[in-house]
Amino acid sequence: MATRNLTISRAMSEAIAQEMRNDPNVFVMGEDVGTYGGIFGSTTGLFEEFGPERIRDTPISETAFIGAAVGAAMSGMRPIAELMFVDFFGVCMDAIYNLMAKNTYFSGGNCQVPMVLMMATGGGYSDAGQHSQSLYATFAHMPGMKVVVPSNAYDAKGLMTSAIRDNNPVVFMFHKGLQGLGWMAPVKEAIANVPEESYTLPFGEAAISRAGKDVTIVSLGMMVHHAMRAARQLAEEGIDAEVIDLRTLVPLDRDAINRSVKKTGHLIVVDEDYSSFGLSAEVIASVVEYDIQALKSEPQRVAYPDIPIPYSRPMEQFALPNADKIVSAAHRVVGPVRQTVETVS
Amino acid sequence: MAKSVDDLKFIYESMVKSRYYEDTMAVVYMEGKTPQFDIGAGTVPGEMHLSAGQEPCAAPVCVHLHAEDTVTATHRPHHVAIAKGVDLNRMTAEIFGKATGLAGGRGGHMHLLDPNVNFACSGIIAEGAPPAVGAALASKMQGKDNVAVSYLGDGAANQGAFHESLNLAALWKLPVIFVIEDNAYGISVPKTASTAIAHNSDRAAAYGMPGIHIADNDTMKVYEAAGEAIARARAGEGPTLIEIETYRYYGHFQGDAEAYRPAGEVDELKARDPIPRFREQLISEGYITADEADAIEIKAKEAVDAAYAFARESDYPAPEEALLKVFA
Repeated sequence: MATRNLTISRAMSEAIAQEMRNDPNVFVMGEDVGTYGGIFGSTTGLFEEFGPERIRDTPISETAFIGAAVGAAMSGMRPIAELMFVDFFGVCMDAIYNLMAKNTYFSGGNCQVPMVLMMATGGGYSDAGQHSQSLYATFAHMPGMKVVVPSNAYDAKGLMTSAIRDNNPVVFMFHKGLQGLGWMAPVKEAIANVPEESYTLPFGEAAISRAGKDVTIVSLGMMVHHAMRAARQLAEEGIDAEVIDLRTLVPLDRDAINRSVKKTGHLIVVDEDYSSFGLSAEVIASVVEYDIQALKSEPQRVAYPDIPIPYSRPMEQFALPNADKIVSAAHRVVGPVRQTVETVS
Repeated sequence: MAKSVDDLKFIYESMVKSRYYEDTMAVVYMEGKTPQFDIGAGTVPGEMHLSAGQEPCAAPVCVHLHAEDTVTATHRPHHVAIAKGVDLNRMTAEIFGKATGLAGGRGGHMHLLDPNVNFACSGIIAEGAPPAVGAALASKMQGKDNVAVSYLGDGAANQGAFHESLNLAALWKLPVIFVIEDNAYGISVPKTASTAIAHNSDRAAAYGMPGIHIADNDTMKVYEAAGEAIARARAGEGPTLIEIETYRYYGHFQGDAEAYRPAGEVDELKARDPIPRFREQLISEGYITADEADAIEIKAKEAVDAAYAFARESDYPAPEEALLKVFA
């Protein structure tokens, strides 16, 4: 199978193109998805191939076009709508959580809403408090939506293909900093070897990005790369970290988390979303519910503090999770033991 | 537009059915709620918004539709659901919260979805407008001539979703008909206190589409205007906004004390009740005889009685059924 290195944005647009070639019911709607190719590159090249009927630029009317995607999905189409930034959900959340997420249930399963709602997340580039949030837990909290958060191009393509073929609404949350855009500092690890052929990845199966036995680091999206950097640093100290990339929040692979914590006894959750009432709490609660004896130390959250995202670079970088914070968290739970061993040796 | 006797009979039957349905519901709704009114108690718990008086907005539009055409209705949906051909037994069972309901009791009176006739309604103001635009877009992309009708109250015309949807429908020249049921109140606030202009139909001009205003709940005029608008939509000529001045006989919801309503207002409206007016018009203009009208009324009421009996006799869902059908 032929492969090449692709960025996440190219992997997403390739998955969309392949599905559009296979299924005339698939189309894209959103702001600047046409000739621009999507502000974050998710529809690169699609307008040239499929034209304005199927790669449909919309007015700045998120309520109308996301609600219209719901109506089109219930009328036999498989729309992909793009909300440019997740932060903009405030103007259209009704269409998302009261219509898209609930119509299957309200119909007792007689209606389906097969659509993808993709949106850009994440900060780190001083775009301030209305253009930098993650907010995945907000969508994961409300029933009826699947939530996908890829960390690399291979996963992004397979998960996007699965999302388009799914008969349920899927919220596809991609991190701006991982898209491989020319105008943002790159994260090389997000670029992956991607098969040219179409393929799917199952939802609800976390990836073990790095196997280890001493401490479990659960993360997703951009945070996987911080976790991997931290794991490499910890390895030099003799701490063998296991890094779990959740890939989807809904469904959540609780089994993978529980298996890993059962083995390591220590848990760190790394999350770019706000700390309280979110993913970190859900993962920790899930582990405790599964086996209250599994943890040998207090679970650690390395998450975004409960503050609006500051603009100024020193303040934003201070607030963001990073590898150093993850290493410190690991030291708090397993560090002293290993450091003693290292000193002795 | 040529009038079809079959259409007129359908409209009359649907209007009678709908009125009898709502008047029956008003009684059934109070079962188990006296002497102390408890909204969560009784045969039919929860909020109940009845459409008696608004019948001219429903069948005179829906008579022009096929099962494949989409309708999105409001939180006050029964008259439109009946006119669109939603299964009356399963709709009533849904409102009773029974397992035989359209959604097995998961949706209730504000969430009636019947994919067999492409009917949906919802509980948030103006929420149905964008999905109607989407259904119309799907029709156009699929090369079909199906249309979509979005029902809205006069209060919804001040929501962003309404304006975004009109613009999008006009921009993409989609086969959508926006029908405003102007019953003069958004819950308790009269339209004159919420809306900057007298006629919402004038707002159509801002989006480059025809805006039609129907005065005084006139069934025949709605039938004609909707026929023209739907024919235009099917022919690919784009959306239309139709505003119907209608009447709301009951409160916003059952249990509404209606202190905001001027004394005698409902009696004055009932003196101009559209159903006997339409019956007289059909007979005097020679479309049907009085005997035919009587027979239509009996048939309509039998269907309603059967639906209520079906709902009463049906079982409640097993509680754990609540956990199913979140995903397809």
